[in-house]
Amino acid sequence: MPMRSIEDLVGELPTFAGLSPAQRELIAGCGSNRVFEAGEHLAREGDAADAFFVIRHGRVALELAAPAKGPLMISTLGEGAVVGWSWLFPPHRWSFDARALEQTRVVAFDGACLRGKCDADHELGYELMQRFAAVMLDRLQATRLQLLDVYGGPAGE
Amino acid sequence: MSAAGPMTPRPFRVVSRRQETEDTWTLALEPVGGGAASTFGPGQFNPGQFNPGQFNPGQFNMIYAFGVGEVPISISGDPGGEGPLEHTVRAVGPVSAAICRAEPGTQLGVRGPFGSSWPLASATGRHAVIVAGGIGLAPLRPALLGALAERERLAGLVLLCGGRSPSQLLYREQLEAWRDDPRLELGVTVDSAEPGWLGNVGVVTTLIGAAPFDPANAVAFIVGPEVMMRFTVDALLDRGMDPADVHVSIERNMKCAVTQCGRCQLGPTFACREGAVMSYAAIEPFFRVREL
Amino acid sequence: MSDQATIDRAGLDELIAILSRRGHEVVGPTVRDGAIVYDEISGCDALPAGWTDEQDGGSYRLRRRDDEALFGYAVGPQSWKRFLHPPELTLWRARRGADGELEVSEEPPEAPSYAFIGVRSCELHAIAIQDRVLMEGAFPDPFYRARREGAFVVAVNCTVAGGTCFCVSMETGPKADSGYDLALTEVIDESGHYFVCEAGSERGAEVLAELPRGEAGPEALAAAEAGVARAAASQGRTMETEGIKELLYDNLDHPRWDEVSERCLTCGNCTMVCPTCFCTTVEDTSDLAGETAERTRQWDSCFTLDFSYVHGGSVRSTPKSRYRQWMTHKLATWIDQFGTSGCVGCGRCITWCPVAIDITEEVAAIRADAVD
Repeated sequence: MPMRSIEDLVGELPTFAGLSPAQRELIAGCGSNRVFEAGEHLAREGDAADAFFVIRHGRVALELAAPAKGPLMISTLGEGAVVGWSWLFPPHRWSFDARALEQTRVVAFDGACLRGKCDADHELGYELMQRFAAVMLDRLQATRLQLLDVYGGPAGE
Repeated sequence: MSAAGPMTPRPFRVVSRRQETEDTWTLALEPVGGGAASTFGPGQFNPGQFNPGQFNPGQFNMIYAFGVGEVPISISGDPGGEGPLEHTVRAVGPVSAAICRAEPGTQLGVRGPFGSSWPLASATGRHAVIVAGGIGLAPLRPALLGALAERERLAGLVLLCGGRSPSQLLYREQLEAWRDDPRLELGVTVDSAEPGWLGNVGVVTTLIGAAPFDPANAVAFIVGPEVMMRFTVDALLDRGMDPADVHVSIERNMKCAVTQCGRCQLGPTFACREGAVMSYAAIEPFFRVREL
Repeated sequence: MSDQATIDRAGLDELIAILSRRGHEVVGPTVRDGAIVYDEISGCDALPAGWTDEQDGGSYRLRRRDDEALFGYAVGPQSWKRFLHPPELTLWRARRGADGELEVSEEPPEAPSYAFIGVRSCELHAIAIQDRVLMEGAFPDPFYRARREGAFVVAVNCTVAGGTCFCVSMETGPKADSGYDLALTEVIDESGHYFVCEAGSERGAEVLAELPRGEAGPEALAAAEAGVARAAASQGRTMETEGIKELLYDNLDHPRWDEVSERCLTCGNCTMVCPTCFCTTVEDTSDLAGETAERTRQWDSCFTLDFSYVHGGSVRSTPKSRYRQWMTHKLATWIDQFGTSGCVGCGRCITWCPVAIDITEEVAAIRADAVD
């Protein structure tokens, strides 16, 4: 399979749709290909959030460690999904563990690098802010639905 | 056979009883006295219309537990099958609990089938997208089995299942089999995981964005709690589906199932006749009005 | 109409006697407990001679007339639905045998063969509306049919309009146009006290032929027509029905619903007295030993919380939603369901509402301030 440049990959990711070629080049400059094997962590709760990932293939679980209970799975993310937005906002710390559930290929982005470019180019910053806000909105809606427990427990609960 | 009135149940025997989850059982019923003969005399009611054993996917029967009461239960079995009539029942009240407790050999009363059905015929050459939330998979199962049986007629078949947790998913053995079945694309997700769960976690709408179907050439069938159906409809429409191609299932109080008790109305619709299956385009103006 | 004649009070007595001899259970209006109700009658003596009613929102009183008119009033709290679509009915009984066999035996839908005396035009329309609801679907109600098919109908054309009547607005009266075996129009003037009688069916004509009768000459016919015209001209209420279905469909969130719900007690009186309301519930019971069971059907009302109960709650939990359901069903969705309005303009719901909610006023209020 011919190697595609990061710039090509950035052009294909739905997250970055609508950006100009120059903007895509800027972003690609902070990106790299990575593979995580099943069970490997992309991030750990409390670590510095200097990166975010966009899943090209595979599945990632967001989890919280709980004493004596094993990890509590909050949600799973699949192809095309963005993992991590704490790189954008202080204190730049991961709130959850992110663990690959199967072999997962991602484009990994250096958060500090990209933050620097956004500080220098506010238009780029605005475009990225918009896209991440949309991602967060989507996640929030889905999470709210999840909280509602619409299916209900066994009769009586 | 005497000509029975539309409110008179016909005795059926429980042939088998299988527990699906903590509060849900699947019962298989067959008519006492055998045969699939109509309860009604020629000319009084259309014999083909009031025969519980012959049903279209999406229809329901009124099931009576002796001395306790009667509730509408979707038929969840294979519409093309010859075997007993299957119903998956969740124990949410005294009547459904009594039905769930019925051991093989018990006789229950059955009236039906009633209601509208999933428009599988309109799926020819198109993608059929089935989205089931919780026990919603039960009334959708006949549509799925019907689609699998005629798979060549469809352009694609997608099944998306959401549930509260892994232990509350229905038909788990069949879901496992369908995972490897090349005839359909299966997505399963739960709201809350249990230890050892390797599947998806999140609401069922999260599966819609990446589901493999062409929204410009698809029909969708959705059943689940009303909140889930609303958000699923929104997600499908956001992907570009036509509201006339999206079908939901209306749940309302029913005592008669023959448009005479008045209780199942949603706007001008009688859920026992124009429903439970309705196209979203048809029901939309009423579906969104609170407490209609 | 070919079969017309005049009869007097004695003739009316004879009519009742003939119907009784033919095996009918004769039911007609009579005074009881300060109201005019429908009950078995054996002759004119039971009729409310010399009585009229004064009706308004939340108010019903009987008052003496200064003549002995037998039908000089509008309608009382009851309608003929309590005979055709009874408030309580056993549908079937069941037994559970020793081996668990379920044996269901239907109650035979036998019913008395009624003869109704004094059916108003609005009530004829209401009966026709219930005929359509209960007999014209895919599953006709055998109990309603048994009661309906034998019933002999003696209609009365109103010569007095009630304080809450609006049959003219609903195009359901005051003159009966069909659905009767005989129709009477009462005339009291210088020439006497008599009834112009018209046959509306073959068996009506048969019965008319057996009565002592006189010719229905031009003066009699004119007097009868004048009486009906008086009723039409003195209606207590009006309702503009133009585009009413779209009006209500487009205004399901109108603030008027909040306003009326502050007054509505959800007592359900309107649904009990309404001649077209048909909603029921079903009750399944058994004996203590669990060996016999039965199912009864009872009148119910969309104003109850139970009516819309699913899964631990009612879809229509607020009085607002329940009042809206009743009114929009009656005036709008009924049209899509059954091809006609569900309302016949009899005014009972206005008269018998304890807080005098007036359906004609509610429609006018929404119309005045509608969303297009």
